[in-house]
Amino acid sequence: MKKIWWKILCIVLLLYVIINGLMGPVPHLPILNESIRNTYFHVALWLAMTTLLFTSMVFSVRYLSSGNIRHDDVASELAKSGLFYGILGCLSGSVWANFTWGDPWPNDPKLNGAAVGILIYLAYLLLRSSFEDEQRRARIASVYNIFAFAVFVPLIYILPRLTDSLHPGSGGNSTFGSYDMNNDLRMVFYPAIIGWILFGLWLAELRIRIKRINRFREEDFLKVDKS
Amino acid sequence: MNIIKNIFFLLISILAVCGNAIAQTADEAVPMADKLRADGKIWVVVAVIAVVFVGIAVNMLRLESKVGKIEKELKIK
Repeated sequence: MKKIWWKILCIVLLLYVIINGLMGPVPHLPILNESIRNTYFHVALWLAMTTLLFTSMVFSVRYLSSGNIRHDDVASELAKSGLFYGILGCLSGSVWANFTWGDPWPNDPKLNGAAVGILIYLAYLLLRSSFEDEQRRARIASVYNIFAFAVFVPLIYILPRLTDSLHPGSGGNSTFGSYDMNNDLRMVFYPAIIGWILFGLWLAELRIRIKRINRFREEDFLKVDKS
Repeated sequence: MNIIKNIFFLLISILAVCGNAIAQTADEAVPMADKLRADGKIWVVVAVIAVVFVGIAVNMLRLESKVGKIEKELKIK
């Protein structure tokens, strides 16, 4: 994980996304107008968040099967950076919705689902902070994390599609994928997703390393204390 | 040494991206109308955002090397 190349790749991709995303050609659509460029930032953030939370869940499963506390560190920090993206996604979505749907928080199933999802992950952090014992905390939080992701996916991806939603792909609205997404958008959209995922991983990685340093120091301190 | 290498890579990548933008301006006939003045100067905004982002990235890389140094000191693999 400590290799530098993917961080450089992340910076290059995001620079490309910023420059080409703001100035590259986009399809001309009514109401959306130039705000379609938000796809590269707002939509890509959500997809990156889902990836981060999924990876977090994978590490929770790995912790449960291995009992290695490091896997739990990874899971918790990935969940934190995913949550960070989720809050950013809600805020950026509010700005976008205000100018295209005329309301910063239209009571859209996808928005409410996302809000509930964020609360679920906040509860995850709360749960973690309520245990003193490390192994106990890790075990219970891991189980919770798996359930959290299992609830989170239907909340923001499946339930909104079953009812009327303003978001594309729901209740008779076309998805970006089938009609609106053209190759100009794809050229920036896919690098954007990868770039944001890498950036989230980077944030999480730094926090994991700091956590490990702290743990190492604590153990060192205990050793000195005993001798 | 690592950090210098990082910054070097960064600069190369920025040059590669910006070189593209500059190359597009060469064939315009209007004098003084380079890309940064065209399109209602929106390119200036793009440049500012890019500069801010590069600043954030450099900051992240420095943080990265600081954490790495502490790890080396404590001999954490």
